[in-house]
Amino acid sequence: MRLRLVPDNTNINFFGYAKATFGGSVILLVASVVLFFAMGLNFGIDFKGGTTIRTDSTSAVDVGAYRAAVTPLGLGDVTITEVFDPTFADDQHVAMIRIQAQEGQESVTAETIGRIEAALLAVDPTITFPSVESVGPKVSGELIQKAILAVTGAIVAIVIYIWLRFEWQFALGAVVALVHDVGLTIGLFSLLQIKFDLAIIAALLTIVGYSINDTVVVFDRARENLIKYKVMPLIDVLNLSANETLSRTLMTSGTTLIALIALLVLGGDVIRGFVFAITWGIIVGTYSSIYIAKNVVLMLGVKRDWSKEKKPTGNQFMDIDA
Amino acid sequence: MLHISPFRQVLIVLTCLVGLALAVPNLSYDRVERHNDAVAAIESGRSNEALEADAALWPSFLPSGLVNLGLDLRGGAHLLAEVQVADVYAATMEGMWPDVRDVLAAQRDTVGFVTREESEPDVLKVKISNPEGAEQALELVRGLARPVASLTGAGSSNIVVEADGPVLTIALSEAEMAATDERTLQQALEIIRRRIDAAGTREPSIQRQGADRILIQVPGAKSAQELKGWIGTTAQLTFQPVVSRTSDANAPVAATNEVLPSLDQPGTYYVLEKTPVVTGEELVDAQPSFDQNGRPAVSFRFNPTGARKFGDYTAENVGAPFAIVLDDEVISAPTIQSHIPGGSGIITGSFSVEESTNLAVLLRAGALPAELVFLEERTIGPELGQDSIDAGQMAALVGMIAVVVFMVLSYGLFGVFANIALTINVGLIFGVLSLIGATLTLPGIAGIVLTIGMAVDANVLVFERIREELKTAKGPARAIELGYERALSAIMDANITTLMTAAILWLVGSGPVRGFATTLGLGILTSVFTAIFVTRLLIVWWFQRRRPKTIEV
Repeated sequence: MRLRLVPDNTNINFFGYAKATFGGSVILLVASVVLFFAMGLNFGIDFKGGTTIRTDSTSAVDVGAYRAAVTPLGLGDVTITEVFDPTFADDQHVAMIRIQAQEGQESVTAETIGRIEAALLAVDPTITFPSVESVGPKVSGELIQKAILAVTGAIVAIVIYIWLRFEWQFALGAVVALVHDVGLTIGLFSLLQIKFDLAIIAALLTIVGYSINDTVVVFDRARENLIKYKVMPLIDVLNLSANETLSRTLMTSGTTLIALIALLVLGGDVIRGFVFAITWGIIVGTYSSIYIAKNVVLMLGVKRDWSKEKKPTGNQFMDIDA
Repeated sequence: MLHISPFRQVLIVLTCLVGLALAVPNLSYDRVERHNDAVAAIESGRSNEALEADAALWPSFLPSGLVNLGLDLRGGAHLLAEVQVADVYAATMEGMWPDVRDVLAAQRDTVGFVTREESEPDVLKVKISNPEGAEQALELVRGLARPVASLTGAGSSNIVVEADGPVLTIALSEAEMAATDERTLQQALEIIRRRIDAAGTREPSIQRQGADRILIQVPGAKSAQELKGWIGTTAQLTFQPVVSRTSDANAPVAATNEVLPSLDQPGTYYVLEKTPVVTGEELVDAQPSFDQNGRPAVSFRFNPTGARKFGDYTAENVGAPFAIVLDDEVISAPTIQSHIPGGSGIITGSFSVEESTNLAVLLRAGALPAELVFLEERTIGPELGQDSIDAGQMAALVGMIAVVVFMVLSYGLFGVFANIALTINVGLIFGVLSLIGATLTLPGIAGIVLTIGMAVDANVLVFERIREELKTAKGPARAIELGYERALSAIMDANITTLMTAAILWLVGSGPVRGFATTLGLGILTSVFTAIFVTRLLIVWWFQRRRPKTIEV
C-alpha cells in the first residue's frame, strides 16, 4: 500500500473560496507592511553596524550580572540575550551580547573588545568567547543596498524568464505570488522580531526560487491543458491543472519540509533564523502557487486563440508539450 | 522504445563514478588534510620522517581534493580593510616640495624667493615673492610633470598646476590619482600577504574587493585582534631632521615643519622638518640586535640610493640631531656623531626583545603605503565551527533518512531508484565542491540539506507524470517514456528559475552566503542530472531485465 498525500483523482475547486483566500492574503500582506513600518525589523549587525559577542560558559547565564558588568563601559545600546538550543551540552550556557556601532569607529577596536571581555570574565571566569563579529556602519549601509538589489533583481530576472517562456499574464501572476511570499516573510520577521541579517536575505532568495518552482509546475500544466482543452473555460483549465499537479506539489513540499524540519531542530542555533525563514517561506510559497498565482492569471485572462500562434522553434524543451 | 544508447549509459555511469571518487577524500577529512599538507611541504623541499609518515596516510593515486571549510566551520578570523589611498597623495606632494623649491630657486632673478604656504595635505601651495614671474614659475613647475605610468592614464601628465597671482597650487591629476590608488592597493596587498606569511598560518586568503578594499581571511587565527596585530601597523619609518625639542604639542611651526610626540618620553615633542631625508622604503634589511649597552635594538641597512642620501646628510650635519620616526612617533633622536658612509645603522630605543623582533619583521616586510581602516571583522572559534559541522551533519543525515523513507513509502521500487539517485546526488555535490575547491560554509550545509529535500522534486514530477500516463498510455514502457518526456519542460523551467536566484545570490553575497549559493546552485545541476539520467538509467536496466506487464508507481 502506497502512501498517498492526495487521492488519485482530486477535483478540488481551488477558486471556490477565492474571495476568502485571496482576500485573506491581501489582508495579511497589508498587515505585513503595517508591521514592517510600525515595529520595524530587528536588523542584525550586517545591516545596522555594531558588534556581537557570543559567550559560552559552564555556569548559568546571569543576564543581569552581564549587563551590570558591561554598562559601566559606556558603549551605548547593549542587548544581552541568552541562547537556548537542544544541541547544547547540559553545562553549556550561551549568550549573545550586542553592542551598537561606536561613534567614530568603523569596526570596533581591539581595546574595546578587550575591555568587554575582561568585564565579563570578572563576572564569570569560565566564560569563553567563541565568536566576535563587528561590522562598521559604512559596510552595513552598503549591505542593505546590495540585499534590496539582490531580492528585486532575482524577482525581475525570474519574471522576465517566465514572460519569455509563458504569456505575460503568467509572469504577472508569478510576480504577485513572489511579492506575497517575500512580504509575508518580512511581516513575520517584524512580528516576531527575529534577527534579520544577510542570511535571511539568502533565505528570501531561496524562498523566491522555491516558490517560483512550484508556480512554474502549475503554469506548465496549465499551458499544456490550454492546448489540450481548447474550449474549456479558463477557470476550469486552471483548476484542472492545479488538481493534476497537486500530488506533486505536496510531495515536493513534503520532502523539503521534512529535510528542513530536521535542520530546524538539529542544525544548531547559528542558522536557526535562516532555516526558520526558509521553512516558513516554503509553506507560504506552496500556498501562493496554488491560491495566488493562478487567481491573478484568471483575473487577467489568457489569449486562447492558439491556432494563429506560431509553433515555437529553436528550443528543444518547448516542443515537448506542443 | 525504452532505450538508452550504450555510449550514453557508459557516460552516465562514468560521470557518477568520477564524481563519487572525487568526493571520497572528504570522508576521512583529517587524514587527507594532513597528507596534503605534508605533500606540499615535501614538494617545497622540506622533508622529514614525520612529514613522510603524514604523506603516507592517504594513497597518492586516489584523488586528494577536499572541500574547503569556510571560516564559520573551521574557525578563524575575517577582516575587511579599507586602504586610505588618499594618504599617499599627501606623501607624494611632500616628496615634490624639494623639487619645486629647487627648480624655482634656480630662477630667483625672475620669480624671487619661494615660500611654502599652508594648504590641504593633498596639494602643494608655494608663493613666490615676485608676482610678475608667475607665468615663468608656472612654466617651470609644469616642466616637472611626468607622464602617468599606467595604461588607462597614458598620455596625461601627473600633476595639475594652477597660478593664482603669486601663489602656485600643485595637485595630482585625476589620472595620476587613479594610477596611485592602483599602485597603493597592489602594494598594500603584497605587504599584507608578506606579513601574514611571516606569521606562518595555513591557507590565508587575501583578496582585493572593489577599488580600495582588501578582504583577509585566515583560518586558524585565534582572533581578528591577533590578525590585526600582524598587519595593523603601517610601519612607516622615516629619518627626519630635527629643528628643536619642545614640551608643547601645539607649538607654532613653519609650513615645512611638523610636531611629533616622542614614543617613550611622555610630554616630549620634537619639531621636525616634514620632508624626510630617507624613508623605510629604501631599507633592504632589518634585524633585531643589541646596542653597545646590550639593550635590544634593530639594525638596518639601506639600498645604494638610500645609503648615499643618508651618507651625504650625515656628512653635512655632524653634531645636529636627527629623528627616527615610526608611524608619526619619534623612536629616538640621536645626534649625528660622524659621517655614516656605509648605509647601515642601528635604531635604539626602550624596546623589549619582542618589540625589537616585531619591528624588524615589519620593517623587513616593508611599510604599508597607507593606513588601513577596518570596516568589518569577525572571529569564529574552532569549537563553534566544529559544533556547527556536527549539527549540520546530524541534520543532513536525519533529513536524508526521512526523505528516503518517505519516498519508498510513496513510490515503492521507483522511490528506491530515486533514493539511489539522491545518494549519488549528495556525493556528486561533494565531488564537484572538492574539484573546484569551493568553500563549504554553514549556510552551505543548509543548502545541501535543502537540496536533499528539493532534489527529489524532479523525480516526483516524473513519477507523478508516469502515474498519469499509465491511465491512458499503451503499456508501462510507453508510460515511462512519456512520463520523462512530458515532465521535462516543467523540470527545466522550475530548475532554471531556481538556478537564476542561486546565481544572483552568488554574485551579490560573500562569505557564508556565497557558500550557500554555491551548494544550492550545484545541487540544482546535479539533481537535474541524477533525476533525468541516473534514475532513468536505473529504471531502464530494471525494465529490460524484468519486462513487467504492469507497473505500479
